[in-house]
Amino acid sequence: MTFSVWWVAYYTILRKEVTRFMRIWQQTLIPPVVTTSLYFVIFGNLIGPRIGQMEGHRYMDFIVPGLILMSVITNSYANTSSSFFSAKFQKSIEELLVSPTPNWVILAGYVSGGVCRGILVGLIVTGVSLVFSKLTIHNMTVMMTVIVLTAVLFALAGFLNGMFARKFDDIAIVPTFILTPLTYLGGIFYSIKLLPDFWQLVSHFNPILYMINAFRYGFLGVSDIQLGWSYVIILAFTVALFRINLVLLYRGYGIRT
Amino acid sequence: MQPALEIQNLQKTYASGHRALDGISLTVRQGDFFALLGKNGAGKSTVIGIVSSLVNKSGGTVKLFGQNIDENFAKAKSSLGIVPQEINFSIFETPFQIVVNQGGYFGIPRRTAMERAEQYLTQLKLWDKKDVVSGDLSGGMKRRLMIARALVHRPKLLILDEPTAGVDIEIRRSMWEFLKNINNDGTTIILTTHYLEEAESLCRNIAIIDEGVLIEDTSMRSLLKKLAHETYVLELKAPLKVRPEEIPGFLLLDPMTAEITIDKSVGISKLFETLESANIEVQSMRNKSNRLEQLFLELVENSRQQQIR
Repeated sequence: MTFSVWWVAYYTILRKEVTRFMRIWQQTLIPPVVTTSLYFVIFGNLIGPRIGQMEGHRYMDFIVPGLILMSVITNSYANTSSSFFSAKFQKSIEELLVSPTPNWVILAGYVSGGVCRGILVGLIVTGVSLVFSKLTIHNMTVMMTVIVLTAVLFALAGFLNGMFARKFDDIAIVPTFILTPLTYLGGIFYSIKLLPDFWQLVSHFNPILYMINAFRYGFLGVSDIQLGWSYVIILAFTVALFRINLVLLYRGYGIRT
Repeated sequence: MQPALEIQNLQKTYASGHRALDGISLTVRQGDFFALLGKNGAGKSTVIGIVSSLVNKSGGTVKLFGQNIDENFAKAKSSLGIVPQEINFSIFETPFQIVVNQGGYFGIPRRTAMERAEQYLTQLKLWDKKDVVSGDLSGGMKRRLMIARALVHRPKLLILDEPTAGVDIEIRRSMWEFLKNINNDGTTIILTTHYLEEAESLCRNIAIIDEGVLIEDTSMRSLLKKLAHETYVLELKAPLKVRPEEIPGFLLLDPMTAEITIDKSVGISKLFETLESANIEVQSMRNKSNRLEQLFLELVENSRQQQIR
């Protein structure tokens, strides 16, 4: 196969994915905006002034980057997990499996779809946050690279969830019991410096902490984590998940008999 | 010329331990219209699954137009179109989206895929449904949609796994015509079906699988020659009230219609002599269409008895 053939296949999968989440925008784009708006109102506007400053910034300004990244994480994850599982469930994944599309193109197409949804929701949430906060950008390159890499990482994680899922419940378990707790404990609402030493140490085992802090650095220039470590962690998880997904696709895990 | 499909010693044992295929070898020539028959669970769909790479084989080789599917994956798959037994498209997408996207997966540029989608959906009488959510299509429409989808990349080999199952006779006949036309245009077709009349009227060559073993691989003509008996349906000129006891194998369906089964060696002239001597005048006569069904059952039964011995 030539590059142009791969490109057509990749573009087709991506277009299909974007069409899918745009078709059901009431389920994919609106709920995260409602949820984060409530966070802005309750934690930022009502409780925030009583908390005062966090790391030298207004509490509202402090939580905005984390809330934007949280919406990116949950949406890029949800897109690939639900779309891939749905394709498995309806057997429409066979349309791709009988075609000459290589596995890495299939993976790239689905992940790009997840990234598009994550970034789009992130942009909408950023727009809403402007009502509550004057966003400043400390380092555009860091902000952009972290948001894209994080979206890629969680789109890959969602894809893995979709591959392992046998029933619809299986794609709800991981976000509910793993992703959400890790995100909330990843320093969206607080600096880990507020925690006792032991819990600070425990927090360092949470990969989402590295992403949120790096993203916050892009906006505010403050971080609990060294920026270099954040990139190392994000890239390491991304490479590992890409490799695992590719091996599972090659073996046909859950999709070939 | 390379065969369209060449299968050597194909084996499949499922994780449960069930041996679905036990060393099947099969060759389908280019341009052929080939029937693959077998009872439910005989192994037909497993063969198709392996050829289309939806099922991992346990052993053997599969070549499509000389390309080994394990070694030259992309080239082999580009020549293959599959119409599966079960509906396998997204019920939330429209027929147009489904066909165009399938073209994309085969690297067909979008504009070309859209033109071909229009062509095949029109030919299969689905163009007026192109923007309907495919979950709302009738069973026959869904099957025709899967044919259009399988053709969008213009495969040289089209495999259809029971494409007319549950489809009414009118649509079935129109699908037959469509398949005959694309076969005449050069597409090799492999068909599995439970309607043996369908295989008899469409296919030139035939293979029969039973319990994972190939029990017959021949031309339709030579297979039908093996038929020891022939059954004819007779339209009578005058009503007949009583079955003539002196004619063996004579069955009166109604006063104007009878069925007669004769040994093939007897011949038609002799049959007419017998009928004439019994004062039975025949208006018209035709072969009973399920003769292949009868032969199929005989072959499967013979194969099983040989295995028991």
